[in-house]
Amino acid sequence: MSVRRLAKEQPASFEFSKDTLKTAQWWIAKYPPERKQSAVLPILWLIQKQEGWVSEPSIRVTAELLGMPVIRVLEVATFYTMFQLEPVGKVAFVQLCGTTPCMLCGANDLKKVLHERIGPKNHVSADGKFSWEEVECLGACSNAPMAAINDYYYEDLTPESLGQILDEFAAGKTPKPGSRIGRGASEPAGKIQTLLDPKLYDGSAAKKIKIPNLPEKPKKAKKEPAA
Amino acid sequence: MVGILEDKDRIFTNLYGLQDWGLEGAKTRGCWNGTRDMIDAGPAWIIDNIKQSGLRGRGGAGFGTGLKWSFMPKEVKDGRPHYLVVNADESEPGTCKDREIMRHDPHLLIEGCLIASFAMQAHACYIYIRGEYVREREILEAAIKQAYEAKLIGKNNVHGWDFDCYLHHGGGAYICGEETALLESLEGKKGQPRLKPPFPAGAGLYGCPTTVNNVESIAVAGTILRRGAGWFAGFGRPNNTGTKLFCVSGHVNLPCNVEEAMSIPFKQLIEDHCGGIKGGWGNLKAVIPGGSSVRMIPAHEAEDVLMDFDALSALKSGLGTAAVIVMDKDTDLIRAIARLSYFYKHESCGQCTPCREGTGWMWRVMERMVTGEADMKEIDMLLDVTTQVEGHTICALGDAAAWPIQGLFRHFRHEVEDRITSYRAGKPHVQGASLIAAE
Repeated sequence: MSVRRLAKEQPASFEFSKDTLKTAQWWIAKYPPERKQSAVLPILWLIQKQEGWVSEPSIRVTAELLGMPVIRVLEVATFYTMFQLEPVGKVAFVQLCGTTPCMLCGANDLKKVLHERIGPKNHVSADGKFSWEEVECLGACSNAPMAAINDYYYEDLTPESLGQILDEFAAGKTPKPGSRIGRGASEPAGKIQTLLDPKLYDGSAAKKIKIPNLPEKPKKAKKEPAA
Repeated sequence: MVGILEDKDRIFTNLYGLQDWGLEGAKTRGCWNGTRDMIDAGPAWIIDNIKQSGLRGRGGAGFGTGLKWSFMPKEVKDGRPHYLVVNADESEPGTCKDREIMRHDPHLLIEGCLIASFAMQAHACYIYIRGEYVREREILEAAIKQAYEAKLIGKNNVHGWDFDCYLHHGGGAYICGEETALLESLEGKKGQPRLKPPFPAGAGLYGCPTTVNNVESIAVAGTILRRGAGWFAGFGRPNNTGTKLFCVSGHVNLPCNVEEAMSIPFKQLIEDHCGGIKGGWGNLKAVIPGGSSVRMIPAHEAEDVLMDFDALSALKSGLGTAAVIVMDKDTDLIRAIARLSYFYKHESCGQCTPCREGTGWMWRVMERMVTGEADMKEIDMLLDVTTQVEGHTICALGDAAAWPIQGLFRHFRHEVEDRITSYRAGKPHVQGASLIAAE
């Protein structure tokens, strides 16, 4: 378990922006009417998008919106580690994956870069622009090491390329997410050997087919793949 | 040809995202082809064919998917609707396959949701995607919108089965990959696993009959029925059939995701698709073959193992999610496992005492083993604690925290002993390690 507390300094109040509230209503509509509570995670996430973090007043407002006791929302906000309970860097919030697959591929070297450039983890830099934290596996292990910066994944990083990314953010740009060694996704770098058959993509797979093993017509459902 | 599987037999034909993920592209690649005929054949036919295909759940436990579907009540009773919930909370270290399905082949998943929901008489499906997959969520949401607009799903759709598909997201908790914790989370609560029974098929989401399946298990359903159960069952060994997405990470030359036939030899998988081990096969030290929760196997066992459920469990490991983490001779295995122990300590939900206290304790001792600042007898104490955590918790996170440590000591105990010895060499006084052993 990780111990998580609300920030000591809290804003006086919180208000949904018009857009956030509209999206929140769209989320609520996804669940049965008497199960509004289901929308609590997505709504806390929307609040985080609006404010940068989740404050105590926003938790109260969420409870009111969803008809939940405040303690239940507080419970959720402190349980799920994706919710930031303190302000984070305004320009770039770096979440570096430090779990074993990334560690094997050099995540510890990246930590040093972040430490030098931004400072200790979980602290916002003096200018308020940057902060970083180490997170657990983000599920992009074939593209290790990687970090999520402001929600999007930057993959196949090296200390140099991470430094460049931070430079770009500092210069007010938003670097393109994805692999830093030119991979499109998780294919073998520069050596795709599968999925090359043009027949897969020429539309022949879209032609009308007869589903094999269908009951009645040809024979009973069983065996004999026809395709 | 590389590998065993030919291109024509691959299910995920846009695995690398080189084609259009949208509806048009998906249809060109054969998705949504003949779906109506499958629906018309009835739920029993679908479940029967999935059973015959031998498909085992792709989320790690390997339970028969068709069998799981058959546990749902046959009819909707007492006004309790049925639900399908898709587990897209992919967070097992090493695993990165569902991500590729959701961002590159989302329509295969949506089609599978419709088929599986119909087979279990569910009119609604929730896909629970992990919160960090923001880009994947955007694409999947867009793909669902396309499917609604094309009347493939929704009320009065072309398939004749009213069906709503909703995307929900989590908040970065590994434990929500456990099915009942996922349901709790989906209901807007902390993700703490429920006691079973009742099983989700009896009382799941909102107390209604529910089946929770992994993304890959659902996404392959459409193609299995399209090509025939026998086609799918033709790959791999009996009881380990089909094709499978392998996620290879760590010390290989070309880490990647690849779809291969089940039971492919480990060596062939790595040689053909991943460019071999960094520094050659002589440089291989150990492999975690199925995601962080399974026990590691040493190089000599890995070299001739087949990548399937039965072969790996015979080695006291497991196929898990087929997330292969390769470690070469330069790897500090003790550090690698200590980092996993930290992971489990961080992700324990805190509900059961053995896990809440045990994961933290095991991590702290493992950290001292990394430096060697430990006592020899603590090794057995640590192994004893792993067995006290294992099997004594509501969910399998306790087991998952214990197994990596057991795997390390099963094969590399001498390395830990060497480290303890060399730490003590040159420090001739009593170390006092045992005093800080169990803080």
